Amino acid sequence: MTAPKSMTIAKAINESLRTSLETDPKVLVMGEDVGKLGGVFRITDGLQKDFGEDRVIDTPLAESGIIGTAIGLALRGYRPVAEIQFDGFVFPAYDQIVTQLAKMHARALGKVKLPVVIRIPYGGGIGAVEHHSESPEALFAHVAGLKVVSPATPSDAYWMMRQAIECDDPVIFFEPKRRYWDKGEVDTSAVPAPLHRARVVREGTDLTLAAYGPMVKTCLEAASAAEEEGRSLEVVDLRSMSPIDFDTLQASVEKTRRLVVVHEAPVFLGTGAEIAARITERCFFHLEAPVLRVGGFHAPYPPARLEEDYLPNLDRVLDSVDRALAF
Amino acid sequence: MSVKSTAARSSRGGAKRRGGAGRKPELVQLLTPEGERVEHSEYSIDLTPEELRGLYRDMVFTRRFDGEAVTLQRQGELGLWASLLGQEAAQIGSGRATRPDDYVFPTYREHGVAWTRGVDPLNLLGMFRGVNNGGWDPNQNNFHLYTIVIGSQALHATGYAMGAAKDGSDSAVIAYFGDGASSQGDVAEAFTFAAVYNAPVVFFCQNNQWAISEPTERQSRVPIYQRSAGFGFPGVRVDGNDVLAVLAVTRAALEHARSGEGPMLVEAFTYRMGAHTTSDDATRYRLDEETAEWAAKDPIARLKTYLANEGLADEAFFAEVEAESDALAKRVREGVRAMPNPDPMAIFDNIYADGHALVDEERAQFAAYQAQFEGSEEGAAR
Ligand SMILES: Cc1ncc(C[n+]2csc(CCOP(=O)(O)OP(=O)(O)O)c2C)c(N)n1
Ligand SMILES: [Mg+2]
Repeated sequence: MTAPKSMTIAKAINESLRTSLETDPKVLVMGEDVGKLGGVFRITDGLQKDFGEDRVIDTPLAESGIIGTAIGLALRGYRPVAEIQFDGFVFPAYDQIVTQLAKMHARALGKVKLPVVIRIPYGGGIGAVEHHSESPEALFAHVAGLKVVSPATPSDAYWMMRQAIECDDPVIFFEPKRRYWDKGEVDTSAVPAPLHRARVVREGTDLTLAAYGPMVKTCLEAASAAEEEGRSLEVVDLRSMSPIDFDTLQASVEKTRRLVVVHEAPVFLGTGAEIAARITERCFFHLEAPVLRVGGFHAPYPPARLEEDYLPNLDRVLDSVDRALAF
Repeated sequence: MSVKSTAARSSRGGAKRRGGAGRKPELVQLLTPEGERVEHSEYSIDLTPEELRGLYRDMVFTRRFDGEAVTLQRQGELGLWASLLGQEAAQIGSGRATRPDDYVFPTYREHGVAWTRGVDPLNLLGMFRGVNNGGWDPNQNNFHLYTIVIGSQALHATGYAMGAAKDGSDSAVIAYFGDGASSQGDVAEAFTFAAVYNAPVVFFCQNNQWAISEPTERQSRVPIYQRSAGFGFPGVRVDGNDVLAVLAVTRAALEHARSGEGPMLVEAFTYRMGAHTTSDDATRYRLDEETAEWAAKDPIARLKTYLANEGLADEAFFAEVEAESDALAKRVREGVRAMPNPDPMAIFDNIYADGHALVDEERAQFAAYQAQFEGSEEGAAR
């Protein structure tokens, strides 16, 4: 038993990778600049020094190559954890992910397993140039054969990474980059919740806010602000976008009778659209208002000086809360 | 995976390339680091004193506004800057080799090439300040937008060149990319297409020895210029810190393309003197000795020595260039500070050429949402 420690999300992922490298000799960390530099966000800091260049691998600058070879390594019995440096740079690997990684288990009649984790720092809010702030999770959740998750807290970052690495299916692990430096308690001897289980992170009675990754914090802030106006909002951290834990969400919505889904990604054909459809099917007679969505526009991610206008924030969330409550 | 092969990376600073098998690749050089003019059997150049002074002026200006951009980033006026420090000769030499009707496809570091194409430095800074995602009309100077996704533009350049050839024009195209980019599938595919269609494109690789923290041997077992051989077109390595050699070699490569002989690869052997970008800390992965070694091969210093020693420029000229570059830096500084934040409604501009109903709907919704704040304190703060 070790006492819980306070650490950032960045450090929690680093610790999680470290523990996984220690406990399973088949675990590999690979990607651009993950070795000596420790990654551009320092998530893999110190790992190459301690585990060597054979296990913490600086790859050539080629994302299709990174994921394609990760597939080969997995076929050979390894458990690669591949880093894509930024969200916008996953697309050279999209072919390998969609046509190969996602489908190989099925094509081999279940005889081969593809325990590949693809780490992707995602989302905006860091004032970056283009391709460094996107939220492409729906493009992966849409593909059968992939699991897609995103932690919102250091504890989840630690445990969900451990679980993703232990999972025998490919997991796309979206890391909320603008929250990397947020701190929280991590208990490395706790019994973690299942990887794909949603969690009620704040209880309330008037409306449910559902979010994941970077937007969980925004929703918690919105719930606090709403409380001052006498409104009781429940916040559900979905944690997993594929599969989605609709049971937990349904229970919440049957209680609050209203749902607003929040994500940074564009709302058009996004995760929120799927949630709205399913929850409407499941809870039609409980709902007092249509399920509303707060998210990005059908527009390219804007230049940094407009991102505060583009990204869902407390005001945007509360605006939708008002609209849902007004029905 | 072979354990040995990933572990075999030797330390930097005089490291031998494993695949290089002893033979040192030939480097085209016309001006030594000491500022001495030398001849080369295949590539020669004959420039007027005025042209030589022009190259010097270009390089000094480029370095000056690049340095100013680094400062502006430190002051919070820019979000990021990718400095070209050390690569001035590679960029000015190659850029000055192009004709106005040629077309240039840059990465995100080609500030010197942009200068030679007549793109105002202020236009380059918009995207680094975060007020736009591009910032200029590519067709105005035949200088395409900066491309951040590594390697993509090599294919665009090839396609553009295929089009130029179909049109029967004798314009050539030049695609810039880095040593790291040479690993990308898109670059390999560009080589294939260019070779198969004999496209009039020059692939100009600035091997600045680093792709963020990864040294070139992480990308290739052979010198990069040798890559083209397998695709069936010539490659040459030039001293990227020698503006005369770069100009001569790039001119020849563009001529090769123009005259219907197809693509050519130029590897400009140079060095990234600064960090990868202002977000990077190069001390984490490379040695000061290496940087010092390359500082002795500075592209500007060697041309200055040559100009002075040959009596091609006097003190008054150097002082004048200095003063002009200060004025340029001042204009850049003031221009950046005055750059307004875009109107939030610009989020919805130019997404489609022919319009889109969803964009119209979301634009209207967002305008209505914004209007709620008008007059309020939040509105005023926006
Ligand atoms: C497809 C893609 N992957 C990763 C990145 C992140 N990245 C930006 S620059 C860079 C290194 C590029 O090295 P090189 O091609 O040598 O060009 P240099 O920066 O040295 O000019 C990387 C990995 C990117 N921009 N695009
Ligand atoms: Mg480089």
